[in-house]
Amino acid sequence: MQTTFVAICYIATFGGIGLLTAAMMRRARRLADKVPPEDRPWI
Amino acid sequence: MSDERTKSRAAGGPTSTTFTRALGLATLIGLIWFVAFGLFFSPDDEVQGKGVRILYIHVPTAWLAYLAFVVTAVASAAYVWKRTRSLTWDRIAGASAEVGVLFMGITLLTGSLWGRLSWGTYWVWDSRVTTTTFLFITYVGYLAVRNLGGSHHQRAKRSAIIALLAVLEIPLVHFSVTWWRPLHQGESVASGKLSGLMLFSFFIGMIVFTMLYVWLVLHRQRVLAMEDALDDRGLEDALAARRSEAVDAGATR
Repeated sequence: MQTTFVAICYIATFGGIGLLTAAMMRRARRLADKVPPEDRPWI
Repeated sequence: MSDERTKSRAAGGPTSTTFTRALGLATLIGLIWFVAFGLFFSPDDEVQGKGVRILYIHVPTAWLAYLAFVVTAVASAAYVWKRTRSLTWDRIAGASAEVGVLFMGITLLTGSLWGRLSWGTYWVWDSRVTTTTFLFITYVGYLAVRNLGGSHHQRAKRSAIIALLAVLEIPLVHFSVTWWRPLHQGESVASGKLSGLMLFSFFIGMIVFTMLYVWLVLHRQRVLAMEDALDDRGLEDALAARRSEAVDAGATR
């Protein structure tokens, strides 16, 4: 039971972070097609 | 696919810079180390057995959530103060709150599972657990308020006020274990309960999750900047279209 719970914790943590990161990157790529470079001062 | 898009993909994404790419790589390597130490190299605890491995995630994510909400408050204060007023501060506040909510959600989930192993139940109306949940709900509300509409400055003003009030909950959550003596344990690290490889694994978690937080906030606030820029351009285009219609109507009269 302990091993299962520890595994769920690690999978949920990194799965959640991975999903957020993937969604953020996808959104960034979509926006970059519409927003001109002058509105992106970091590039 | 445009040349610009191909270039940004090759460079690691449209919100990347040399710094964020280096930080992202270091974080990824750190996370591999963290999982290796957290799951395999660190020993089991005498009392909690394998359950102690949840601590390496639970405590760093809780601290990072606190840090994220404090950053949200500081950035909000910088926006409210006239000398430093800039929508960049508002976007940093929003990005930090989003990452903080993610970390706080992970804290609650891992805490619930750890509670089942330690206390025999997933949930208890303990002061630390209850105040943490209240803090989580408050910041979910903060994110909801950010999406209410209006101009960017209206959004920034109303969310800054909420952020400056919401941060006052953090001392309540943190000191709840001292003030009310709940079921939730007190400090494990400062009291010297961790040592050797267990302490090392814990500190790897603290460092790696902090790096991850910085990386996520930098990218997220750039995504928010692009969303704001797109909103502004949409508004400018709509105004230009209305002016053009008005000119055409005047010419036909």
